[in-house]
Amino acid sequence: MKKKKKLKLKKPRVIIMSGYGLNCEEETKFAFEKAGAKEKVSADIVHINDLIKKPKMLSEYQILAFPGGFSYGDDTGSGKAYANKFKNHLLKELKEFLSRDTLAIGICNGFQIMTNLGILPGALSQNKGGKYLDRWVDLKVTGRSPWLSGIKKISVPIAHGEGCYVIRKKEYKKMSAKGGSASGGKNNGEIALTYTKGDICRFQNLEKNPNGSAYDIAGVNAYNGRVLGLMPHPERAMFVYQSPLWYKNKKGDKSEMGPSLRIFKNAIKYFIK
Amino acid sequence: MISRIYVTPKGKADFINSYLIAHKFSKERIEKIAQALTNPVLENYSINEFPKTEKFSYAIEIGFKPGVTDNAGHTAEETIYDLFHIPSGVGHRDFGCPTPDGTLAVYTSKIFLIHEADRKEAEQIALSLHNPLIERSYIVSRKDLQKNKNLFLEAPRVILEKRVPVINISLDVLDDELVKIGQEGIRDEKGDRRGPLALDLASMKAIQEHFRKLKRNPTDIELESLAQTWSEHCKHTIFANPIDDIHDGLYKTYIKGATNLIRKNKGRRLGGASKNDFCVSVFSDNSGGIVFDKNYLITHKVETHNSPSALDPFGGAITGIVGVNRDTIGFGLGAKPVANVYGFCFGYPEDEQKFFKDKNMTQLMLPPKRIMKGVIKGINVGGNCSGIPTLSGFLKFDDRYRAKPLVFAGTVGIIPRKINGKFLHTKEAKAGDYIVMVGGRVGLDGIHGATFSSVAMDANSPATAVQIGDPITQKKLSDAIVKEARDMGLYNSITDNGAGGLSCSVAEMAKECGGAKVALEKVPLKYPGLCPWEIWISESQERMTLSVPKSKWKKFENLMESRGVEATVIGEFTKAEKCVVKYKGKKIMDIPMDFLHNGLPKHHLYTSPPASLLEPPYSPLSGGNHLPPLIRGGREGLEGMAERPGEIYTKDLENLLGNKNISGFSFVSEQYDHEVQASSVLKPLSGAGRINTDAQIFRPVLDSPKGVVLTSSAYPSYGDISAYNMAACAIDTAVRNIISAGGTLSHLAILDNFCWCSSNDPKRLGQLVGAVKACYDCAVGYGTPFISGKDSMFNDFKGYDERGNPVDISIPPTLLISAISVMPDLYKAVSPEFKKTGDIIYLLGETNDEMGGGEYLKSLGFVGNNTPKVDVKKNMRTYLALEKAIQEGLVSSSLSVTSGGLGIALAKAAVGGMMGCNISLSPIGKTYGVDVKLFSESQGRILVSVPSKNVSAFEKIIKNISFAKLGRVVGGGKVVIMDKSKIVETNVKKLHKIYHKFSNENRN
Repeated sequence: MKKKKKLKLKKPRVIIMSGYGLNCEEETKFAFEKAGAKEKVSADIVHINDLIKKPKMLSEYQILAFPGGFSYGDDTGSGKAYANKFKNHLLKELKEFLSRDTLAIGICNGFQIMTNLGILPGALSQNKGGKYLDRWVDLKVTGRSPWLSGIKKISVPIAHGEGCYVIRKKEYKKMSAKGGSASGGKNNGEIALTYTKGDICRFQNLEKNPNGSAYDIAGVNAYNGRVLGLMPHPERAMFVYQSPLWYKNKKGDKSEMGPSLRIFKNAIKYFIK
Repeated sequence: MISRIYVTPKGKADFINSYLIAHKFSKERIEKIAQALTNPVLENYSINEFPKTEKFSYAIEIGFKPGVTDNAGHTAEETIYDLFHIPSGVGHRDFGCPTPDGTLAVYTSKIFLIHEADRKEAEQIALSLHNPLIERSYIVSRKDLQKNKNLFLEAPRVILEKRVPVINISLDVLDDELVKIGQEGIRDEKGDRRGPLALDLASMKAIQEHFRKLKRNPTDIELESLAQTWSEHCKHTIFANPIDDIHDGLYKTYIKGATNLIRKNKGRRLGGASKNDFCVSVFSDNSGGIVFDKNYLITHKVETHNSPSALDPFGGAITGIVGVNRDTIGFGLGAKPVANVYGFCFGYPEDEQKFFKDKNMTQLMLPPKRIMKGVIKGINVGGNCSGIPTLSGFLKFDDRYRAKPLVFAGTVGIIPRKINGKFLHTKEAKAGDYIVMVGGRVGLDGIHGATFSSVAMDANSPATAVQIGDPITQKKLSDAIVKEARDMGLYNSITDNGAGGLSCSVAEMAKECGGAKVALEKVPLKYPGLCPWEIWISESQERMTLSVPKSKWKKFENLMESRGVEATVIGEFTKAEKCVVKYKGKKIMDIPMDFLHNGLPKHHLYTSPPASLLEPPYSPLSGGNHLPPLIRGGREGLEGMAERPGEIYTKDLENLLGNKNISGFSFVSEQYDHEVQASSVLKPLSGAGRINTDAQIFRPVLDSPKGVVLTSSAYPSYGDISAYNMAACAIDTAVRNIISAGGTLSHLAILDNFCWCSSNDPKRLGQLVGAVKACYDCAVGYGTPFISGKDSMFNDFKGYDERGNPVDISIPPTLLISAISVMPDLYKAVSPEFKKTGDIIYLLGETNDEMGGGEYLKSLGFVGNNTPKVDVKKNMRTYLALEKAIQEGLVSSSLSVTSGGLGIALAKAAVGGMMGCNISLSPIGKTYGVDVKLFSESQGRILVSVPSKNVSAFEKIIKNISFAKLGRVVGGGKVVIMDKSKIVETNVKKLHKIYHKFSNENRN
């Protein structure tokens, strides 16, 4: 990713999709604005129907976020109907967006949408327990993505019913090959994040992989790491007190930011150097 | 033409998704649709051909009955519109509505593959897979399938036979017939009764008199409309009517009376809140609204959805939660839902007794386990799909909830105080505004819901009373209103379509301007053939009614259309002082507003003292380990229990911790998204051992440091002894739970939900008066105003047992108190579990011999007669001291002592921290027995742990209140409790296992 020439922007513009049951757009916007407070970054929540009306709008943005939620209530399969809508109306604009030096992130339902759009490999199916699950997990960073630069381990919450990552063995091999596809082909993916046994799992005695994901995969990236999809919710770990460990080690420091704000900061830093 | 698309998961699949596409599409188009409905990584599809699967013996198809909301079907329809660029949005979502090339409807079903079973077994399995009230099943053998290669291609359309749209009802009949009309409903043209109006003779006579004066008969829609508006559910007659010498009724005298007095004491000024009076909009709107900070109000409302949940637990619960969300969206000009709360009272899941609604034993009531699973799932789907954190809740079990469960669902909202100089908590429909219905369409769902919940459940309970929620339709509606239209000032008033549907929402809003006229044929329907009265009172979900100025209609309509929300003008608000309804140009209803709202005759209610359960009376004995006499059931051979060796208490404590009324329910908390909106501060599960917290904290405005604290409390079993104490303890516990987590007593409001039984029985009314008086005393005592409330007065089941003998099962009168508080600094929040080795453990408050109605006695088969009592003055000193200690950051952990007493509090704090403790009960006092010290549920007590460096500062704060220094937190996990000798010795790993046993058994 260092090879590419970066746009020397002062302020990247962030577009956060909404509508049809997506529901994490407000806190995702808050996270981007908090992370970009110094640079006075502002993020726009845009309803998919408004984007369909003015598709060219997408070209004005540098960061695209599909936030979490329950688009179409997961009916016919999580992320499927929203992705179909996006594909049927905005495929050309999406391709154009990704051909520029832009960043995109899909969180939870957003990740499910991205796999259904075909811009990230694999698919998400029902949790192995069969039920929706809200808990914290520990993640290990395995991919090279500007979103994750400087992060090795991180703890964040998940909340999903269909978070079991499924990938064909052949494709997995390609993705996990050293120095493999991430740097090469434009649409090839890479494992970005895996579930691991860390602070939270040890504290609450929880299994590392909460949903039965293949190879413990929690997130993947593609397009040289510029496109990241992950099941866990980094926007729900932007304050220290959100961690289950906070009460045990409570300190008075209010300015202390949660671990995952870094992800949003990375995105903004990518454009400002 | 109909096609069927099968979507089969790859690998070993035991189910198949099926989509029946009712529309003429070309082969290529059907292929494209199938591709869009299939994720190629996960699934395969086949068209009009049953997929090749592994061997199975029977396939069971479960689909919805005609007319039942099919959310996945709707999504598939929208996907198809997108695919072929048929203009998206609204207008053709449901069957019968034209698309550019005809009509389209998609019906989904799930096909389960059953291995190695015969037909009979398959039929049994089918029964466990569906609820015949709303779903249909179709069983087909593998052989037959191989022959036909495809399942049937018939769409489950609603076909309503043609009926006379409006009939006139003669009320010139004998009183007997008036009673019958009131109880069983209007006779339709075939002579069948339409279902209960729940109007008593006095009300029927008032209506008779009204129409006699007008010299005409009422139409069916007029009678149905009056029945809805006058229902117990809408008018709360039991709380409104004079009772004994309480002339203004219970609500006005004690509930609203308490709030008015508290506001006066806090220095309320005319025209709004003063510095200390934080109430802004109470009792007048869909939710209660209080000050959050200078920019926002916070609202709260808790509802019940008991009767529907008994019939269809999933549908009842999901419509319960999604319905109460609309009480938030319908507060003022629209508040944004920011937290959901829930509370479930079930029969014991292991109870397998069968009960029937009818004497012929054809209508089987669902068993408690099925109700529990369905209700839990209903809140799951309703809350999770809506993107509202489901934070706070509880489960309670009692045999008497087995036929009619209680399902509480509540929602907290946030709303800016002012936008463009206009206060958002006020609203007023103006004469000349359009009446606009927004959201879902109208079908037969929920006909007679309001009147149905006002009577006991029996064989006449209408099946159409059941509804299924569609949270996504509502989410779209909610976002479009609260996040856009509200701040653009596009409407003057808004309210929810809940009980009574349009008949209630339009009539309510018409009060704001004078009157309304409605053209019912304009209301969009799910399917053709509804009669006008059905359209008027239908409780189809996900609808709001708005008052939109004509000048803003175009803008409003465009906005709604672009958000995929259907909005329709159905009439106009007027100042004509009457509610007029027309159907296809013909006037079918014309009722003066005054009669509609004030015509209901007053009844004077009388009470008699409740029968004493306490024979023979048990007087508190001090000094020994005495137990009260046996009241019902229970252990035999009491003599041996007076002198009990230590290990018995260890067993007792462990058993009690495993009691479903006490143990954890992480399997529920963790399947509810409680972190969406990124607002969670104190979660429903806390600490290394993931114990359930009694209060939860969240941050509704992410750039404000203020936190909102929520809790709820109910002690139904205390009511067996004293309804007064039951209510007092519920309030005390709710207040205490809030303070224990870091909330603020001076900024704390409460809500009441009375769920009663047989409320025409003077004894039950006697209990009610007792409970309501306690509400007044405690609310005024703590200065915590009621801001909203609701009641459900007839939670009785009348049916038959397995042998056809009649049975009556009434719930124990249950008062749920919910509380909401604002804390200035959320970083001061304290969680309940032990934190650090060496921390000093204190019990704040006084322990008394108050075992009656408690979990310990109940577990031994007793009721007792000495419930905990509340000493508001004394407890308040304790709470203020704790509030101060928490504000000064002196406390490591703080846990409100509730059901199961101190013993359980210690066990929970230990399990939560996965740390042990060394405790001595001696400091509590010498006079009581060990069982009292361990298990008495005396109110006003908090278990606190304090780092040793803070001890002197802490003890300075608590020096004027009762407290006992019990011991310290220890590492290694040993839990040891001493009295004169060692009475409990166990370890935290064992306790953890017991505490989570119920959850581990129900997780999958």
